[in-house]
Amino acid sequence: MQTTEILVIGGGPAGLSAALEAASLGADVTVLDSDLKLGGQLIKQTHKFFGSKAEYAGTRGFEIANFLFDEIEKYKTLGKLKVFTNTTATGYYKEDGVVSYMVGEEKYGRIKPQKLVFATGAQERLIPFVNNDMPGVYGAGAIQTLMNVYGIVPGEKVLMIGAGNIGLIVSYQLMQAGIKIAGIVEAMPKIGGYWVHAAKIRRLGVPIYLQHTIKEALGNNVVEGAVIQEVNNCFQPVGDPMEVECDTICLAVGLTPTCELLWSAGCEMKFVPQLCGYVARRDPMMRTSHPDIWVAGDAAGIEEASAAMVEGRIAGLSAVASLNHVSQETFYDRSAEYHQRLENLRAGEVGEKIRSGLSCVCCKQWG
Amino acid sequence: MDKLFNSGVLTAERIETVIPPRDLWKTKKNGLVIIECPQRIPCNPCYESCPTGAILPFEDINDTPVVDYTKCIGCGRCVAKCPGLACFVADLTWGAENEALMKLPYEMLPKPEPGDEVVCLDRIGSEVSQGKVINITEPWEDSTMVVHVVVPKDRVMDIRNIKVVKNNAR
Ligand SMILES: Cc1cc2nc3c(=O)[nH]c(=O)nc-3n(C[C@H](O)[C@H](O)[C@H](O)COP(=O)(O)OP(=O)(O)OC[C@H]3O[C@@H](n4cnc5c(N)ncnc54)[C@H](O)[C@@H]3O)c2cc1C
Repeated sequence: MQTTEILVIGGGPAGLSAALEAASLGADVTVLDSDLKLGGQLIKQTHKFFGSKAEYAGTRGFEIANFLFDEIEKYKTLGKLKVFTNTTATGYYKEDGVVSYMVGEEKYGRIKPQKLVFATGAQERLIPFVNNDMPGVYGAGAIQTLMNVYGIVPGEKVLMIGAGNIGLIVSYQLMQAGIKIAGIVEAMPKIGGYWVHAAKIRRLGVPIYLQHTIKEALGNNVVEGAVIQEVNNCFQPVGDPMEVECDTICLAVGLTPTCELLWSAGCEMKFVPQLCGYVARRDPMMRTSHPDIWVAGDAAGIEEASAAMVEGRIAGLSAVASLNHVSQETFYDRSAEYHQRLENLRAGEVGEKIRSGLSCVCCKQWG
Repeated sequence: MDKLFNSGVLTAERIETVIPPRDLWKTKKNGLVIIECPQRIPCNPCYESCPTGAILPFEDINDTPVVDYTKCIGCGRCVAKCPGLACFVADLTWGAENEALMKLPYEMLPKPEPGDEVVCLDRIGSEVSQGKVINITEPWEDSTMVVHVVVPKDRVMDIRNIKVVKNNAR
């Protein structure tokens, strides 16, 4: 059976940062990712990121991925890092600590790591409405993958459901690809994403229907329109239903952490609405209740790539430290720096939700 | 009014707060920046990109930008750097009495070209006027363009976008 000191599951910004941190400290690291290409959500992000310079603010997401890839290549050449794409971790067996994986859809394998970092990202949510299973109804992630990874447009006129950052940004990217946006529908009385992202879309002439929801997708075999309706503060429908012409409905109604493997590893889990679902309890170094398992990124709570990268660094550092590969000094210096960066990122009003969520799942140290 | 603002449109009293000081603005060659960034978010590339220190240092990365207009040279580097496309430059000294030059961020296709007549749009994408493109720059060589467009002077606080109309196919 294959072995590795540190196994990172998921090659998005969190997983790659964990792998880089661990490799930079001399550990022998293996990364698995389901996708054909590394980078997770980053490779689909053609817009410039927010944040500070240390997290590449003002740089487009896919370019941030390229910076990470360059570093990954460096450690691969040094023989410190192995990367397997098109490889999905399918199980963790807590009896012997073995991870099973599937390459493509045919080949299976097993690997026994000493330490594990779960950086499996997130899954999209759905909402119920009539005909929500009709061809032409997509998740925002699917549309981004088609459009920004494969260069395929999903339709000609898209109705976006959800005015969080994802709904706003994907609408903007669709318009850059020459696709019309019929409107953005948002149940809350206020956009959920950054105000400036909404302003960018508004000045392109796109309406945002606040306090509205989708009732139904119209069409025979494919989407030919949608019915939307105003809702009140209790989300009850008010006013007349309105028909919107569109051939695509894009759902950007939130993400939830991908945590099946954490459940099967027996990690202590908790439902935390602010972090968007079930997440593993962890200490400040991102170590779960299982002493050999760390979490990082969206899998630990839906946040941002900027925070995911720092969390990955912390998880990587701590995992290597548990193998006694790190001097106390390096450990304390890096740990202090990373925690300071996280604190800065989460300091303001928009970080409030994350802070309150984290206060529910973070323990000072495992007893 | 609040509902409009909550959907991403800057409204009346908030617009007042982003207007550069009139006297300085009227005479400042190359123009002054207008920053429409009313929400506290963790972001500071405008400050990092400013070559003259006109965008004051952020105490907290969540602060909204504060401009020292005496230092602003209207260079447009923040216009191209801001991930929210929330910076615009207006040069009131440019051209004829009733004209002004705006430097607007642009990331759409088709690309405008110098000499193009474009449609100027407001904060909800409604047509305001015609405008003439005289220059296009790409300060950071990262595909975000800064389009220099001649607009009616009395509309600089309305115009926030352009629509490129190729081959008169409107
Ligand atoms: C439209 C949009 C815009 C965004 N804009 C910004 C922004 O401006 N700034 C910002 O900071 N953040 C932004 N984000 C958020 C950011 O992309 C995510 O927070 C970040 O990608 C999370 O990183 P991650 O590594 O935790 O997860 P992901 O990027 O989701 O990566 C997870 C990886 O794990 C792999 N994986 C999952 N399960 C398995 C398994 N069982 N076996 C093997 N591999 C597996 C997946 O294939 C994937 O590659 C945006 C997100 C979206 C969707």
